[in-house]
Amino acid sequence: MLYSFKFCGSVMVDANIKKRVILMRFVIVAGTPSSGKTSVMVHTIRHLLKNGLVVAACKIDCLQTSDDVKYSRLGIPVAVGLSDYICPDHFYVSNLEEVELWAREQNADVLVLETAGLCHRCAPAVHDCLSVCVIDNLIGIDTPKKVGPMLGTADIVVITKGDIVSQAEREVFRHKVEMENPQARILDINGLTGQGVLALKNEIIDSKELGSITGKELKNSMPAAICSYCAGETMIGQSHQMGLVKKVDFRRGMDA
Amino acid sequence: MLEQITILGGLDKSGHPEKIQRIEAAAGEVLAVAGPTGSGKTQLISDIEQHAEYETLTGRRVLINNQLVNKSKDKRHLRYLIAQVSQNMNFVIDMSIEEFLTMHAQVRSIHDPGNTIMKVLEITNHLSGEPVTFSTNLTQLSGGQSRALMVADVALISNAPVVLIDEIENAGIDRLQALEILTGQGKIVLVVSHDPTLMLMAEQRIIMKNGGMEKVCRTTQEERKVLADLTRVEKKMAGLRDYLRKGYSIGQDTDLND
Repeated sequence: MLYSFKFCGSVMVDANIKKRVILMRFVIVAGTPSSGKTSVMVHTIRHLLKNGLVVAACKIDCLQTSDDVKYSRLGIPVAVGLSDYICPDHFYVSNLEEVELWAREQNADVLVLETAGLCHRCAPAVHDCLSVCVIDNLIGIDTPKKVGPMLGTADIVVITKGDIVSQAEREVFRHKVEMENPQARILDINGLTGQGVLALKNEIIDSKELGSITGKELKNSMPAAICSYCAGETMIGQSHQMGLVKKVDFRRGMDA
Repeated sequence: MLEQITILGGLDKSGHPEKIQRIEAAAGEVLAVAGPTGSGKTQLISDIEQHAEYETLTGRRVLINNQLVNKSKDKRHLRYLIAQVSQNMNFVIDMSIEEFLTMHAQVRSIHDPGNTIMKVLEITNHLSGEPVTFSTNLTQLSGGQSRALMVADVALISNAPVVLIDEIENAGIDRLQALEILTGQGKIVLVVSHDPTLMLMAEQRIIMKNGGMEKVCRTTQEERKVLADLTRVEKKMAGLRDYLRKGYSIGQDTDLND
């Protein structure tokens, strides 16, 4: 029930806004910080444009972003959504219809929506959209286990920065990713040179087109939090805490 | 099993068809890629890695065992087709050699991991100067030791049939031995290098120019003799390096043997 709160005050959804019923591929790109989400997508979009497709890109971020500049250099329509004081993932999900509408106004064949990618608990994947998770070889071989639904529910996992670690580490890392998400297609991509993006381009072209995002469902619930700190509380201490507060369980693992 | 890869030519940077339209390399063969910086060496390697099928910049195609690669969804059988060792690569995992090799062997479902990782350590120490042990931490390895371990691991654990060797410097690793170990495992070895010794170690070399494959040279009898000379010089250099590193002075200490 908690998830039905409407956090976003930016744009009210007007159900009467006319939507062009043209099919569009909806690509959601998530991933750990600095993994190369934007670089990978810029290279991929370049190939999509070569195929004559109209691509629109939207970047969701927290306080600031310069990723829109990188997308703009491709000469494509770009939008930015800054969540400011709100969890960027909640902001993202409550703006999906608006972003879709914007992209349709751009006559896009493909919408690339890049999330902020700040937290391992992010869960932006939506059924019937193409969910891409970008992680890199440098985050450590135990990290795939720590990344939750963002990795586990992705249709495609892109692994970057393979050019600077050993072959052995690449293979071990890939295996760890496979263990967390056995269904996903795993692609090795070099974000700097774009090596490997052809496979991603083909996946996007083959992905299912979407009539409308309205009524679609998240693959996994979003991280939840409605507490006094969400509402701007800054003082430390139990007497300042209200709402959904979770405490560390220090006995965890001791019974086992 | 991979027996042969074929590269079918596309276009150079000016959009003209490449002069070389077909190159083949068989298992156990070394193929060198040479040419000035910016001539398209990296793009060629990239095409091979992506199993290009007209759609890369160059429009090249790559055939495996004389067939286009099946690009169906299930590409898992291809995932370990190409292993790469380059000068820019480092071990970043904080773990001992033994722990890591064991983990890698498990991932690759190696039949006899204990024995295999012993052999990997042996080859590593055979290829590089200062010996390492199982308990040595990966992040403590020197450049040469890292490269030696990477080659040994690619040879015995990675098990990819094609190996790309990119600009491996001579210092700290016996490259001739490294290539012999890799080809001895039936691998196709692609070497990108500016170094004449490495170029001549290959059966054939592709000369790149303006983004295109300009020429293919088979190593001649004459060149093999030059290679033997170069190898002798390199051995002498290695001996001298070792001698000086140990703190000896020429003419004052024990003889410098070549």
